[in-house]
Amino acid sequence: MTKMTRRELLAGGTALAAGSTLGAPMIWAQNIKDVTLRQFGTGVSNLNEVAAKVKEDLGFTLEMTALDSDSVTQRAATQPESFDIADIEYWICKKVWPTGNLQAMDTSKIKNYDKIVGIFRSGKLTPESEIAQGTAPHTVGFVEGQNGTEFVDNESGWMTLIPTIYNADTLGIRPDLIGRPINNWSELLNPEFKGKASILDISSIGIMDMAMVVESMGEYKYPDKGNMTKEEIDMTLGIFTEAKKNGQFRAFWKSFDESVNLMASGEVVIQSMWSPAITAVKSKGIPCVYQPLEEGYRSWGGGIGMSAALTGLERDAAYEYINWYLDGWVGGFLMRQGYYSAVPETSKNYMTEDEWGFWFEGKPAQGDITNPFGDVMETAGAVRDGGSFYDRMGKVACWNAVMDENQYMVRKWNEFIAA
Amino acid sequence: MIGNQPMRLSPNSKSLMMVSPLVAVLFVFLVCPIAMIAIVSFWRATEFSIIPAFVFENYEFLFGSSVTYRVFFNTFKYALITWAATLLIGFTVAYFLAFHIRTLRWQIALFLLCTIPFWTSNIIRMISWIPFLGRNGIANSTLISWGVIDEPLEWLLFSDFAVVLAFVHLYTLFMVVPIFNTMMRIDKSLIEAARDAGANGAQILWNVIIPLTKPGIMIGTIFVVTLVMGDFITVRFMSGSQSANVGRLISNDVALLAYPSASATAVVLLCTVLIVIGILLRFVDIRKEL
Repeated sequence: MTKMTRRELLAGGTALAAGSTLGAPMIWAQNIKDVTLRQFGTGVSNLNEVAAKVKEDLGFTLEMTALDSDSVTQRAATQPESFDIADIEYWICKKVWPTGNLQAMDTSKIKNYDKIVGIFRSGKLTPESEIAQGTAPHTVGFVEGQNGTEFVDNESGWMTLIPTIYNADTLGIRPDLIGRPINNWSELLNPEFKGKASILDISSIGIMDMAMVVESMGEYKYPDKGNMTKEEIDMTLGIFTEAKKNGQFRAFWKSFDESVNLMASGEVVIQSMWSPAITAVKSKGIPCVYQPLEEGYRSWGGGIGMSAALTGLERDAAYEYINWYLDGWVGGFLMRQGYYSAVPETSKNYMTEDEWGFWFEGKPAQGDITNPFGDVMETAGAVRDGGSFYDRMGKVACWNAVMDENQYMVRKWNEFIAA
Repeated sequence: MIGNQPMRLSPNSKSLMMVSPLVAVLFVFLVCPIAMIAIVSFWRATEFSIIPAFVFENYEFLFGSSVTYRVFFNTFKYALITWAATLLIGFTVAYFLAFHIRTLRWQIALFLLCTIPFWTSNIIRMISWIPFLGRNGIANSTLISWGVIDEPLEWLLFSDFAVVLAFVHLYTLFMVVPIFNTMMRIDKSLIEAARDAGANGAQILWNVIIPLTKPGIMIGTIFVVTLVMGDFITVRFMSGSQSANVGRLISNDVALLAYPSASATAVVLLCTVLIVIGILLRFVDIRKEL
């Protein structure tokens, strides 16, 4: 073990790194083993398998802490000393970035930057795509410099979060208990499902699902669902409060497990749901469909950001980690659970042709489709709900968002729950 | 002066020294946190930071919102119904144990039986009701198979009924224990005297046992009322997040980083509970019984 202090190493290291950005880290391969990066985030992508693989491939230690999204926001905003890498959602980034606890990343050091899906760069999946409402990732994806606090609307070369995981959400249904096709968000408030519907009790996401429903009912067309005015918030929650008083809802759910139990037990036949929850219900042998709807999907995305306190060797390790993240192994790991990765083409190398066909291209499965943990998710002939990547991500109507009137919305949401 | 005389302490300072460790512990772990909560309740908060200040906006918002009153009403409603139910059940159980079971051994054995549910955690006892009461749960399927009902009863789960049921289940023992304790100390000869004087069973219960059990009832009442008023998780799970009490209001605020607003709510709740207890203590002097 060398006796070099971090500062000495930094001095030498920066000189070495000056000319070469990516090859250089190999030089201090010995020292990097001593580095420990502390990452925290939601359970979705904070997986121990990733930490173990980092140790194996890169040599340094990644400590993972999984929290719920409220705690993640809290920690990112109030305890900058407690983490090196923040794994947060884009709407959380909008809330947390102004605190200055994160530093922007130099895209020239990101090897696969050019291959990152357009959604996270220009905002467009394909050149013809329209940009969805809400906190679209590219709108909070760039700042003007390393310590910039204002978001900019172009690819400035300084990225706030490197996208890691995203998906398109819709309503989950029990086709066996409903017995007819469901094609619109408005069905959530259809009196036919009185006492058998549910929505999630996480205000920032729930309000978006509500807006999808209200638009689908033809009640109102929002200029921007992701940034409502006070009147729009009142109107939206008014419609749902009335439905609640009429007994439309069986329950509201806050955690993943609750949504699974509500659906599996038949308490609820239609509800807002997350993709892995559908899988969990299905794995109990209960039919459950992640129903594509005419109005499109509500989408979400997460990424990893660097703590502002990160410098020197640790920062180099963090860049190396990010490059490794986009290199495909993690992508394959996440895509085999039904999520999407930021650079799908590298993930392809870590998936079988059948897996790639099923998850990404929307083709019928040729054989059993298993998740990374070895559980059989689908059998031969199954097709992914909603189809291919471009079918699903191309139909995003809005992104999870944080509104200017967020505090007002939260208060109104509390009233809705208490009503 | 003679030097080696042992140091004499007045009885007064001796007792002061004896209580001081308790005072210190209570000061650090009870007084300080509450003082901190009271201070923070005057601070200001933005979405991601809290700012030391001395403003009343948290209280203004709290008292200015109709939700607050509705939620406090709900909290009292749960407390009152739960109190009535636990009192009825708790008193009956304690009465049975104290006056109908003759041997001490059986009394202890049956009393221990009452505590068995407490071997598992609160949350587990509560959540185990959910599959039982559900639409396709044991309760509904049994009632349907008996022909009592044709359609599953929807109000069994995710309703105020479910919330109160869980509360009663969780907290009845807190009523049984103090009532049983005071009942055991009633001098049996008093009951014999009443009977000799010609009182019937109901009169003995009403004129002798209940007045003598009042301190136990009061202690049980304080337990149950404070536990129910401070709860948030039972209400959330058993109502399917559809009802709110003050505890949930606070937990929502905390989740949204609105610590000052949560503190203000907590202070108001604390005062409310203290007032309730103050009123209760006016009826009975429990110190006499301790």
